[in-house]
Amino acid sequence: MADQVRFLAKNLRVDLRLIAGMIEPNTRVLDIGCGDGTLIDELFTTKGCDARGIEIDMAEVTRAVAHGLPVMHGDADTDLAHYPDDAFDYVILSRTLQAVGRPREVLRQMLRIGARAVVSFPNFGHWLVRWQLLRRGRMPMTATWDRMWYETPNIHPCTIHDFFDLCAAEGYAVERWLAADEAGRRAPWRRFPRLANLFGEQAVFLLRRGG
Amino acid sequence: MDQTAPLADLPHQHVLFADGMALDCGASLPELAVAYRTYGALNAERSNAVLVCHALTGDQYVAEPHPITGKDGWWDAVVGPGRPIDTGRYFVICANVLGGCMGSTGPRSLRDAAGARWGTDFPPVTIRDMVRAQKRLIDHLGISRLFAVIGGSMGGMQVLQWAADYPDAVFAALPIATAAYHSAQNIAFHEVGRQAIFADPDWQGGRYWQTDRIPARGLAVARMCAHITYLSEEALARKFGRRLQDAPKSAGEAISLFGDMFEVESYLHHQGSTFVRRFDANSYLTITRAMDYFDLAADHGGDLAAAFRGTATRFLLVSFTSDWLFPTAESRAIARALNRAGANVSFVEIPSDKGHDAFLLDEPDFHRTLGGFLSGCAARAGLAAHG
Repeated sequence: MADQVRFLAKNLRVDLRLIAGMIEPNTRVLDIGCGDGTLIDELFTTKGCDARGIEIDMAEVTRAVAHGLPVMHGDADTDLAHYPDDAFDYVILSRTLQAVGRPREVLRQMLRIGARAVVSFPNFGHWLVRWQLLRRGRMPMTATWDRMWYETPNIHPCTIHDFFDLCAAEGYAVERWLAADEAGRRAPWRRFPRLANLFGEQAVFLLRRGG
Repeated sequence: MDQTAPLADLPHQHVLFADGMALDCGASLPELAVAYRTYGALNAERSNAVLVCHALTGDQYVAEPHPITGKDGWWDAVVGPGRPIDTGRYFVICANVLGGCMGSTGPRSLRDAAGARWGTDFPPVTIRDMVRAQKRLIDHLGISRLFAVIGGSMGGMQVLQWAADYPDAVFAALPIATAAYHSAQNIAFHEVGRQAIFADPDWQGGRYWQTDRIPARGLAVARMCAHITYLSEEALARKFGRRLQDAPKSAGEAISLFGDMFEVESYLHHQGSTFVRRFDANSYLTITRAMDYFDLAADHGGDLAAAFRGTATRFLLVSFTSDWLFPTAESRAIARALNRAGANVSFVEIPSDKGHDAFLLDEPDFHRTLGGFLSGCAARAGLAAHG
């Protein structure tokens, strides 16, 4: 599982490195919420992928296209429906699942238009989140969950356990998964879901249709 | 305005196809002239050609002074050395559209050896006919694949038609501020303009060249009406507000009943009167009609995606926030159709208060997007950094 994270460009955000490590060379990739296109640029340059992006923030889209990257303005909740079945080998959703309106539907669309989905999300089961809620009785505020409840875009937080459950319910095969700390370093307890759910600040899953 | 001289018959660089061309309407043109201008140099591989498609009232003088008005080329800010469409790198071609009045075959052209002009007998043309004529030019220039086809507004319609009809001949397609069909509202505005021309007694049933009096007032009103649609309420408020200016003193200028006039009125009068010096009324009728007919999905069983199925062309769609003539929703609909077709598509909406005209104006975000997209495509097409 996930031991083959190769070295990528130094300036690549660490969680994007973990994702890039799961993508085979020369494949067709769609990155949803691609920001300024750093990951698709990396996948094109180092792996020869036909990598494209969707981004909701227009300033980021403009930056990406002005760098010659194929990125379109769009919304994960509404735009995936317009892609044909099996248009991509991988569809990536990086730290965005918790912010979309209908996460289950977005996942379905991802695994309809792509043979595989790579999903990363911040883990709401992390011990500090649990501790803060238990001790203070208020919504947790951590480095990862750093916005007040009334203004956070993260309207659908979940834990690693929750995500495993959803994959089982939807019939997705978890080909690989890993938990990591906020800096993106993988941790030794990654093989044990209960420990990962307690100590992992974020998780990356590689899913395939039909488990 | 009434004393405006008819459009001069200037010499324009052109190629003449003596075998003519069959049109969508079933008629055939006995011969076809395509007037064009080029900028930059074609490389040895003939792989760096960029076709620029002009809009309704544009012409082939993209990046050089206009032969009639003397003004800078209409896309001088975009096409030139070091500009987003870099003539140091690309070989830029722009042709006057079929039906135009700057040297390509159109209503002003002579229809036979006896010296009669086509006038309103000129057959109705379509956007696809315009593109066919451009394809003849490109073939004539010995170019089998265009690196890019770029155009705004009606130029964007031609880009879409190029990509649909000749996918293997278009590496990158950039339809800007455009739509895959002309909306009812846009047809309505065009009809107001056409009726203004018909209502001018100097139009004379379209045979105005016989008396040397042109329907200047009607054409000017058409232009004024259309020009409003190219701007936005914000831009008009910013440029003119409710400011008044003194009434024109000389009798030849536009009439004002009220002693003084709003600046915006004066601006529109100016737009109208300068336009009639460089444009032919019958061409205006022909080309507006071609835009009105345009409906790319209808030509593909009602499914726009079918027009692009399996295409390898890379697309960049650009819209502008304040453009209400070709609003962002139209570009988004094209982007989604391209997604359905599995095409490689980039899509950006540029914030601007300048309305539809924004694509012609100084919009740094737009220019960076255009230049960056072309550079990215050049890298993927294997074009040398300095070809």
